[in-house]
Parts: sequence; C-alpha cells; structure tokens
Amino acid sequence: MRGLRLSKVGLTRVAVVGGAVAALEILCRSGVIPRATMIPPIEMVAAMWQILRSGRANSDIAFTVVNLFAAVVLSVVVGFGLGAVLHALPRARRVSEPLLSAYYAVPVFIFYPLLIVAFGVGRTALIVMGATFGVVAMVVNTMTGLDRVPKAITRTAAVMRLDPVRRLLLLRLPAASPHLMTGVKLAVAYSVIGIVAGEFILATAGIGKRIAFGYQDFDNRMMYGMLLLLLVLVVAVNGALSYWEKRLHQRFGLQ
Amino acid sequence: MKPRRYDGLLLIAALLVCWQIVYLRVGADVVSSPADTIRRATTLLLTRNFWTDAASTGVAFAYACLIGIAGGMVLGLVLGLSRFAADVADPILGSVYSIPKITLYPIILLLFGLSPAAKIAFGVIHGIFPVAISTMNAVRNVAPVYRRTAEALRLSPSHTIMKVLAPAALPEIFAGVRIGIAVTLLGILIAELFASSSGIGYALIRATEIHNVVDTFALTLLLFLFAVAINALLQFAERRIRHQT
Repeated sequence: MRGLRLSKVGLTRVAVVGGAVAALEILCRSGVIPRATMIPPIEMVAAMWQILRSGRANSDIAFTVVNLFAAVVLSVVVGFGLGAVLHALPRARRVSEPLLSAYYAVPVFIFYPLLIVAFGVGRTALIVMGATFGVVAMVVNTMTGLDRVPKAITRTAAVMRLDPVRRLLLLRLPAASPHLMTGVKLAVAYSVIGIVAGEFILATAGIGKRIAFGYQDFDNRMMYGMLLLLLVLVVAVNGALSYWEKRLHQRFGLQ
Repeated sequence: MKPRRYDGLLLIAALLVCWQIVYLRVGADVVSSPADTIRRATTLLLTRNFWTDAASTGVAFAYACLIGIAGGMVLGLVLGLSRFAADVADPILGSVYSIPKITLYPIILLLFGLSPAAKIAFGVIHGIFPVAISTMNAVRNVAPVYRRTAEALRLSPSHTIMKVLAPAALPEIFAGVRIGIAVTLLGILIAELFASSSGIGYALIRATEIHNVVDTFALTLLLFLFAVAINALLQFAERRIRHQT
C-alpha cells in the first residue's frame, strides 16, 4: 500500500516536472519565447553535454567545485564551533541573537570587493565569501540542534554517569544530528550563492564566470549549458543532503 | 529583565570595536573608519540622490513583497489542503528553493530587460518559495482534530480556511513570511548590484567601482540598519501573533 502510494506520488511528480519542461520546449520552439531569450530545454541539455564532452569548461567546473567544498568545510567547522560556544554562553548568545537573525537579510556579498582587495582576485576571496555566507546557517542550526536535545536524554546521561566526551558523542550529537544536517544543507546552499555571486562579479574562472560571459557575449548555448550544469549539480547535492536529513529526523527526531 | 536593555548596546559596541581594529590594521583605502562612515551616512541621508535611489529600491521591494507573499500563500494553501498534492510538490518546491537564484538573473534580464520589472521579478522568485513552503507545511500540520471539528460543524470550505485553518496555521506561516521578506530584499539588492539603472544597490556598486570606500561603507551601513529594523519589526509582529494564538 505504502509502496503504491509512493509510486503514485513519484509518478505525478515526474509528470508535473516533465509537463513543465515540455511546455517550455513548446513555447521556445514555437517562438513565443524568442531564441535570444531562451533556447529550448533539449538544446540546453545538448549544450551541457557538448560542454562536458569537449572538456573546455573542465577547469572552470573543478575551480567552482573545489572552492565550494572548501567553503562548506570552513563554514561547517567554524559554524559548529561558534554555535556550540554560543550555546554554552547564554548571555553572549542573547547579545548576538539580533545579528544572527538579521544576517541573511543583509546582502553580505557587498563585502566581496573588500575581500578582493584583501586576498586578491582568486580562490581565497571566493572561498571566504562562500564561507561567510554559509557559516551563520550552521551556527543557528547548531544552537537549535543543541536546544532540542530532550531533557530526558541529558538526564539519562547524568544517571549513567557518562563523561562529557561520551555524553557529547553518544547522546548530544546524535540527538542534535537532524538539525546539524539541516545546517550543513543550508551552508551548502548559501555557500553556492556566495561563490557563484562572487564569480559573477569578478573572478578568474568558475562556472558563474562562464555563465556571466555567456550572457555578455550573447552566447546562449554556453550560458544555458553551464546554467543547467550548475542547477543539476546543486539539485543533486541538495537532494542527497535532504534525503540524509530526513533519515536522521526519522531516526533521532522527536516527532 | 534588566541586563536585556544593555544587550543591544553591547553588541553594537563589540561590532564597532572589531570594525575599528580592522580599520587600524588594514588602513583607510580598504576600510573606512566607523566615525567617517557614520558621518558620511548622516550626510547621505540629507541628499536628494539618496532618497531617489531609496524610493526606487523601496517601491520595487514593496511590490515584490506583495506579489511574493500573496502568491506564496495561495500556492502553499492550495498544495497544503491536499495531502497528495503536498507530497508531490514538497521536494519540487524544496529543490527550486535551494537553487541559487543568482544563476537565474541572466534569464530574468533576458525576459524583462533592464527594468524595474526585472528587479521585482527577481525579488519575487526569492520570496515566493519560503512563503509557499511554510504555508503548505503549516496547513498540513494543523491538528487533525481542528479539521474534523470543522467537518462535524459542516463549515463551508471558505469558512474552514478563514476560521479554522488560517488562525491555526498563522504563526508558522508568518515565520515563512519573515524569511520571505528578508530574501526578497536580498533579491532586490542583488539585482541592483549586478545590473540595473537605479536603487541603493546600484549606488553601492557604483561607489565600489570608483573605489569610493567611504560611500561604499556608508551605504552598506544604511542598508544593514534598514534590514535590521525590518527584521526587528517582523520579529515583534511574529511574537505578537504567537501570543495571540
């Protein structure tokens, strides 16, 4: 029964997405959306395939992926550390609360030009930009995760007389893990924004730079091919992390 | 209660000290000092140009918020009322939400041209999804008892929505609206930074390009204060709503 319902949901989902893409294809082919604005989805896929096969964008793709990875690692490590520290210091946490909650309402990458001055045009400025974007999501979710550790678990730890390290590794981290995973997922999403935005403005290489170049040169095949590649990449990573997050919620979540 | 009053001041003091230290370490051609920045920001507030830009940004922001919130609520409500539709839409919305919208700006520009409409559209695609997702989840999470009661009382669908579902789901919806408004502002400013012909974001990127560090910092400061003020207002409203229901 469950399998049947799932497959029905899945099929409808495929139909909805497929229908939307098909509609776009028809609109583009019939000229309702002019070619200069958008190329048909099938050509986007062809363009992406061609770019991948020719290998002419490989260095740009590697550039972005490596930077993204570095930025995510940086935001997760720093974010978790900061989150744990703030969780332990309620006063500091209360003081920083308005800053944390307003953080994503402020266009942080305004500081990108300053990072370029500080680090030069290249990897470092982009990685710092990406990490700057991602870190606060991790801080906030680390604190939420630690907040949500049920009292019963803390008490159990006390009853079992676990030492602090075991308490952390065996009880608190697993109990907080669903939220930590949410933090990682968001850190990835935000780091992508920071890095791609940076590549758009000023960079020596990267997927974002290729897209911006494609736009400026009216090279729609390059622009849409790279755009599709980036979207596929992001959706795949996000899908994998969401799946993992859901599993953790089912295993350790409260509801 | 008492120390709370000083929390804000403490945070501001800490930020100012950090800023001043960075300024002293790297120098005035990279970072403008807090004092200079605040002085410049106050003079900017007296200029006509600033308010023209602010109006341009403000109008686009208001339109984008209206369209994004209304659209997101309708979408979320329609999807949330049917378990099947919500199950189908959930991962799709999640994926679309997680797409870095920044990559879509070239498409928006090609569609709308270099106009206020492009700015607004870009703001809307930022804001509509968090509102839709939170509305959908809020409606889905309404305790089944409420729905059954509505059924038992034979309320019409519109009554069920207005009198039962909306009040029950409001706090969670509002949390989404708050995020939606924040990312809409982000979207509008990103749009202005990359390509536009008016607005605070445009003034900011112009200042950055001609390496006018003081203006860059002053405009950033004003934007930051604006964002913080809006956020504080929304948090206040959210708390009120939570207390009421």
